[in-house]
Amino acid sequence: MRRKKYWYDYLWIASGLYIILGFFNILFAWLGLICFIVPLLISVISGSKAYCNRYCGRGQLFELLGNRFKLSRNRDIPPWLRSKWFRYGFLAFFMIMFFNMLLNTWLVFSGVRDLKEVVTLLWTFKLPWHWANTTPVPSWIAQFAFGFYSVMLTSTFLGLVTMVLYKPRSWCVYCPMGTMTQGICRLKYKG
Amino acid sequence: MRLSKKVAAVSNECVACGSCEKVCPLGAISIFRGLYALVDRNKCIGCGKCQKICPASVISIIDREEQNEKKEILV
Repeated sequence: MRRKKYWYDYLWIASGLYIILGFFNILFAWLGLICFIVPLLISVISGSKAYCNRYCGRGQLFELLGNRFKLSRNRDIPPWLRSKWFRYGFLAFFMIMFFNMLLNTWLVFSGVRDLKEVVTLLWTFKLPWHWANTTPVPSWIAQFAFGFYSVMLTSTFLGLVTMVLYKPRSWCVYCPMGTMTQGICRLKYKG
Repeated sequence: MRLSKKVAAVSNECVACGSCEKVCPLGAISIFRGLYALVDRNKCIGCGKCQKICPASVISIIDREEQNEKKEILV
């Protein structure tokens, strides 16, 4: 029995497009804030993981690549990767790096540091991205875009690697947003 | 209605991603309060589609009788 398709079943297109658009104009990276704010709002207001369950385009993209295009080995994920220690540890690490990115934006805003037109993959490898900043905007806006796009590209890269190695949506197991929204739900229904 | 011998069981390491809910042909799985997947034992036929897709590998297909004895199963 095939499930009826809804508009939100096609959000993988938006996720794919997001990564592509970043190659042309880094300012599109700001759109990625939707993927941060909406899941938090949903979990705080409705106490559910509806974003992960229905609206996460990235999860859909991994599912499509892994299942339809058979790019996944479909192996079981190692138990340590789904342990609470790893999930919450990765969330903490992710948050530290996120605040570091916000600090860099602040330093550029206050004139202490110059704009760095690089995208950092895996928080280490600096990829030159100077062609993508085409619009004349204040440098801190561009700096945030470079930083945020680095976060999104890194998480997509990690998701793709675990998609190939394990099951298509393995990223969902340790996705910081998923861990955070589940944590919010846990707090909301505690007691 | 006769119930199947096998049934899906979810361990407490579930991350509530919702992959199983989407793939279940009988709509026997729902995500409970964003916390974990909840299996309706009366609907589940133990087909194993949820087990196959679960990215966290926390779903197993077990004997219905065995399930009654286990405490970790969320039903």
